[in-house]
Amino acid sequence: MTKHNIDVAEFEKIALTMRKEILEAVHRAQCGHPGGSLSAVEIFVSLYGYKMRHRPQDPDWEDRDRLIISKGHCSPVAYVALANYGYFPKDELLRYRMYGSMLQGHVHSKVPGIEFNTGSLGHGLSVANGMALGARLLGKDLNVFCILGDGEIQEGSIWEAAMSASHHKLDHVCAIVDYNKVQENGPTNEIKNLEPLALKWESFGWNVIEADGHDVRALIAALDAFEKTEGRPTVIIAHTVKGKGVSFMEGNFRWHGKAPKAEELKKAVAELEHKG
Amino acid sequence: MSEKVPTRDGFGKAVVELGKKDKRIVVLSGDLEDATRAEYFKFEFPDRFFNLGITEQDVVATAAGMAKMGFVPFACSFAVFLTNRAYDMIRLDVCYNQTNVKVVCSHGGVTVGEDGASAQCLEDFAIMRVLPNMRVICPADVHEAVKATEEMVKIDGPFYMRTSRAPLPVLTKESDPFEIGKAKVLKAGNDVSIIACGVMVSEALKASESLEGKGIKTRVINMHTIKPIDEDAILKAARETGAVVTAEEHQVFGGLGSAVAEVLAQKYPVPQEMVAVMDAFGLTGSPDQLMKHFHLTADDIVTAVERVLKRKR
Repeated sequence: MTKHNIDVAEFEKIALTMRKEILEAVHRAQCGHPGGSLSAVEIFVSLYGYKMRHRPQDPDWEDRDRLIISKGHCSPVAYVALANYGYFPKDELLRYRMYGSMLQGHVHSKVPGIEFNTGSLGHGLSVANGMALGARLLGKDLNVFCILGDGEIQEGSIWEAAMSASHHKLDHVCAIVDYNKVQENGPTNEIKNLEPLALKWESFGWNVIEADGHDVRALIAALDAFEKTEGRPTVIIAHTVKGKGVSFMEGNFRWHGKAPKAEELKKAVAELEHKG
Repeated sequence: MSEKVPTRDGFGKAVVELGKKDKRIVVLSGDLEDATRAEYFKFEFPDRFFNLGITEQDVVATAAGMAKMGFVPFACSFAVFLTNRAYDMIRLDVCYNQTNVKVVCSHGGVTVGEDGASAQCLEDFAIMRVLPNMRVICPADVHEAVKATEEMVKIDGPFYMRTSRAPLPVLTKESDPFEIGKAKVLKAGNDVSIIACGVMVSEALKASESLEGKGIKTRVINMHTIKPIDEDAILKAARETGAVVTAEEHQVFGGLGSAVAEVLAQKYPVPQEMVAVMDAFGLTGSPDQLMKHFHLTADDIVTAVERVLKRKR
């Protein structure tokens, strides 16, 4: 059920709005993870705005495509995306990470549209496989997407899941690695190098597609290619920039889990609007 | 009490029978289905059985994903491997997400025998019990293992059940009622209570017989459900007998003895003695040798009863 009208300008407009809202939410909470949220904006836009079959007014629709957000700390981009695509009113974003709010620090299924609580890394791909195995037993033709952090795939459990998905020919599973190349305490290639990343996935039996993770057209093409692939799971290695769109955050591990102060927020929003 | 059957056999048979009626039931295994008896299900329902290989974390998290699609997954391996190796998955994907996953593990306790300490799980009650939303069961015999398997399918949400590799005496009848969270008084008595689970229930019954010869009337309680613990049965025993001995094939810290002590300390303190493994790893040996080595026999229960009676007010 791929949508036919691709209005890239519209997607880019939503992406800009989301970036501002991510920064505002993290600023208001004075904690959270802006770097890996800003890097994943276009991934969420291409899923909710284009590829996924979903019904924001009926989040539990049983034939929906599933999205497991395995890098659960990128809750700002997840919640902002859901609010922008109509899952809940944007006012709720004001309560991000607040006591009593449904918007828990790491993604939680009490939020409409969130399928699974995560936060401890390395869980989501197995969960996605389980959903795909379940869908297959039920005879349902639905896709299961799973967004992985790049630092996250240092977890051994990811590679357990990678073996399972190819062994069981889970061609309805699409993993998307937000490959921003920076983790909490520095560049991934200095901490535990992931390269050669495409070869790793290939050797585990996956269909590998590399794409510019900030180019919505490229992501859409990759998602379409996933859907045409039979007999093996697909991973989209989305090359992204940590803190994308804000010059002083880009590529800087210090913004993995730090909130902008008022002045920094102002500067960041001005930059985004200037570019937009 | 002559017939002996491992409780893992009860699970294996029950899950097949349940699978015939309920298509939601699936079984996931970490390549130990021969040992856990999950293979009975594999032979009957190969399409609903998944040996994911030696990947315990993957087994548990995949089970959680299947549960989210409406299935009732049983995740099976040795107790040490699933509860320890995949602990974070049980905590997050099963308990925090409240998925309908039943973690059923064989090879609990020192009665695993010759494989030694690395395969003898002695901490599962403690680390499973502490997780919110988790229920913890250790059946005393094969009939209870069957009924517990049936009951955990009726109740939505996470379960952990430990089964035995060793053949255990058949103490109950197939027709006996069984309810999760409801302890069973196997023997009446008002001098002292012995609260036991798993293999220690039959040891408790033996102890009770020899104590009877000394004129001591024991109440023997089978606490097959460690969480939610049957507070009413514990408090009734405390009020009516005034002294409690707990017996379990588990570390002394955090298991059945601790669960009973938590109730007593907060609601009705009476003297308690604990028969358990005293902060040690297991060993290679036969089940009988190891039960003696770790002071888990009927004689050890008798000694504990004599100790607790001296403290009774």
